[in-house]
Amino acid sequence: MSEVAFDGVTKRFGDVTAVDQLTLSIRDGEFMVLLGPSGCGKTTALRMVAGLETVTEGTLRIGDRVVNDVEAKDRDVAMVFQSYALYPHVTVAKNIESPLVARRFDTGDGSPRKLTSAERAERVTEAAAALGLTDLLGRKPAALSGGQRQRVALARAMVARPAAFLMDEPLSNLDAKLRAQTRIELVELHERLATTFVYVTHDQVEAMTMADRIAVLSDGRLQQVGPPQAVYDRPHNLFVARFIGSPPMNTVPGTVVRSEGATSVRLGGQSIEVEGLAAEPLADGTEVIIGVRPEDLVVDAAGQVEAEVRAVEWLGHERLVVCDLAGHQITIRQAAGDDPVATGDVLPLTADPAKVHLFDPDTTERLN
Amino acid sequence: MATDLHQARWKKGAWYAGLGALALLVLFPVYMTIVRALSQPRAYVQAGQPPWPVHPEWDVFTRAFTDGDLGRKFLVSAVVTVCIVGGQLITATLAAYAFTFLQFPFRRLLFFVFMATLMLPIEVTLIPNVQTIRSLGWLNSYPGLITPFLATAFGTFLLRQGFRGIPRDLLDASQLDGFGHLAFLRRVAIPVTRPVVASFGVIAFLTAWNQYTWPRAVVTEGRWETIQIGLRTVATQTIDRNNVGFAAALLAALPILLLLIFLQRQLVRGLTTGAVKG
Ligand SMILES: Nc1ncnc2c1ncn2[C@@H]1O[C@H](COP(=O)(O)OP(=O)(O)OP(=O)(O)O)[C@@H](O)[C@H]1O
Ligand SMILES: [Mg+2]
Repeated sequence: MSEVAFDGVTKRFGDVTAVDQLTLSIRDGEFMVLLGPSGCGKTTALRMVAGLETVTEGTLRIGDRVVNDVEAKDRDVAMVFQSYALYPHVTVAKNIESPLVARRFDTGDGSPRKLTSAERAERVTEAAAALGLTDLLGRKPAALSGGQRQRVALARAMVARPAAFLMDEPLSNLDAKLRAQTRIELVELHERLATTFVYVTHDQVEAMTMADRIAVLSDGRLQQVGPPQAVYDRPHNLFVARFIGSPPMNTVPGTVVRSEGATSVRLGGQSIEVEGLAAEPLADGTEVIIGVRPEDLVVDAAGQVEAEVRAVEWLGHERLVVCDLAGHQITIRQAAGDDPVATGDVLPLTADPAKVHLFDPDTTERLN
Repeated sequence: MATDLHQARWKKGAWYAGLGALALLVLFPVYMTIVRALSQPRAYVQAGQPPWPVHPEWDVFTRAFTDGDLGRKFLVSAVVTVCIVGGQLITATLAAYAFTFLQFPFRRLLFFVFMATLMLPIEVTLIPNVQTIRSLGWLNSYPGLITPFLATAFGTFLLRQGFRGIPRDLLDASQLDGFGHLAFLRRVAIPVTRPVVASFGVIAFLTAWNQYTWPRAVVTEGRWETIQIGLRTVATQTIDRNNVGFAAALLAALPILLLLIFLQRQLVRGLTTGAVKG
């Protein structure tokens, strides 16, 4: 049970800044997902929490302790590695037991001590039962399926009853079906344990489905933190807007037009309304990037802009219509039952003004 | 399908025939040593040196012990070999571990320099080393026979290759579990690379047991002769008794034979796979 707090944490490897001035507070019991593309520093951030990398600058707290100089074993965290890192030469039972062998645990009387072998066996049995591994305790990791190995790694993390679970892409070695199922199991496990989870992934579906809050990272910098829906609905900058959502948000450059009574954004001879724009301090002629998610673009006879259909992709339950809008490629997501469209059609499009996002082309920050 | 299987069987047969021929070639000198050990020397020469024993004398093996004082020489060899193998296993494991898992300044350079010693044949270092040992007063002693071989570039290299196959995550996991480097070495690195460690142990044993140049250089008293030096003394005694020399040679090879038989499987695995599956 612990809060994990980064305060201005930086990690450099020689010239490479892997994590840059990260300030992020993960609440006690929260399921926090660190999300970002490959190389953005997610793993490094997680490894600093685990005590496997030193902190170059800033302070890192777990609970009310600054842990910059605390050894990994004394941090009371458990890590699930992407490779699972099971010891190949010993049984599942020994693997699960390994965090209990050398460390000291507070068993309630205030003075930490090593567990007796009976206590260890009891905890192993319990963790194995919780993850359905009871029948596999005598096997070696090589004799397990990918999913079973993954659960052994989880059991090994659970057994020490840590204050925080750290997971580095734990699902990436599973096939799609097992991954979907394990996502649900992880959420259940989180609820059952009521412990802080810090979960690293580059997969936005994992982030959206499991997180209490998502922290989006790019190039070692924190871009945005918030609940999945908030990050999806109000991305703070272009990076987040384009990274989250599949297919990604359509982004097209435009110009703000202010005239008596109406303020809108002009794109290539057409214009689109944006809610609340009149109230924004944006001067007439300001260059912006306008963003609309594929599902927020609606074909409507009264549409403000027109786009020509280039291709239609059928996905069974829905279709993606790729169009050309004033020389920019955009995607529209439609339900399978919507009126059919064909290549070459010109579609009048409209969007709920509340669902139109504006970004500054220079700073890439959100404007509305 | 059927022809494929047929071909495979032919191929296999050819392999076995080839390997069998090689085995015969390798075993022939061993067989001839047995023949010579069992034959009465003069009768054997008179019979025209046939490839089978002439006038077998079965007591040659006990005579090898009494005539050549082989007991003492076996003891010296055994002590020297066990100490060298044990010492090399310890130093090579620790050095290989450091070169694989620890970060320290000039790591690559140091490793390179260390490996470069592999290039030096014993003849190059022999004279300075003998002088060192003499100045230490270690001629005719166990320290003199053992000390120069307590570190090994070859063993370090071999074990490092094995350790490099261990995923880094295992070290991290072990650290989170509260184990230090020595515990990781003992609990994970060595067990996981056991075939490599075992093959290195066998090779070290073989090399140490069969040493000749170094013991010749630092031993001047019969009491400190190792078995390989002792063989020379036995063999050069008289032509009349050269069967005793052959018998002693067979006895000297016996420990290695036993070791190979016991560790055969480990050895093959170590030399063929080497790396660890993740
Ligand atoms: N030990 C190291 N030495 C030098 N550079 C490193 C080291 N570890 C990571 N880096 C660099 O730091 C940056 C962040 O790496 P990190 O592993 O944290 O990325 P990641 O977000 O986990 O990526 P991925 O999704 O590919 O796992 C990368 O540029 C990487 O090359
Ligand atoms: Mg990573």
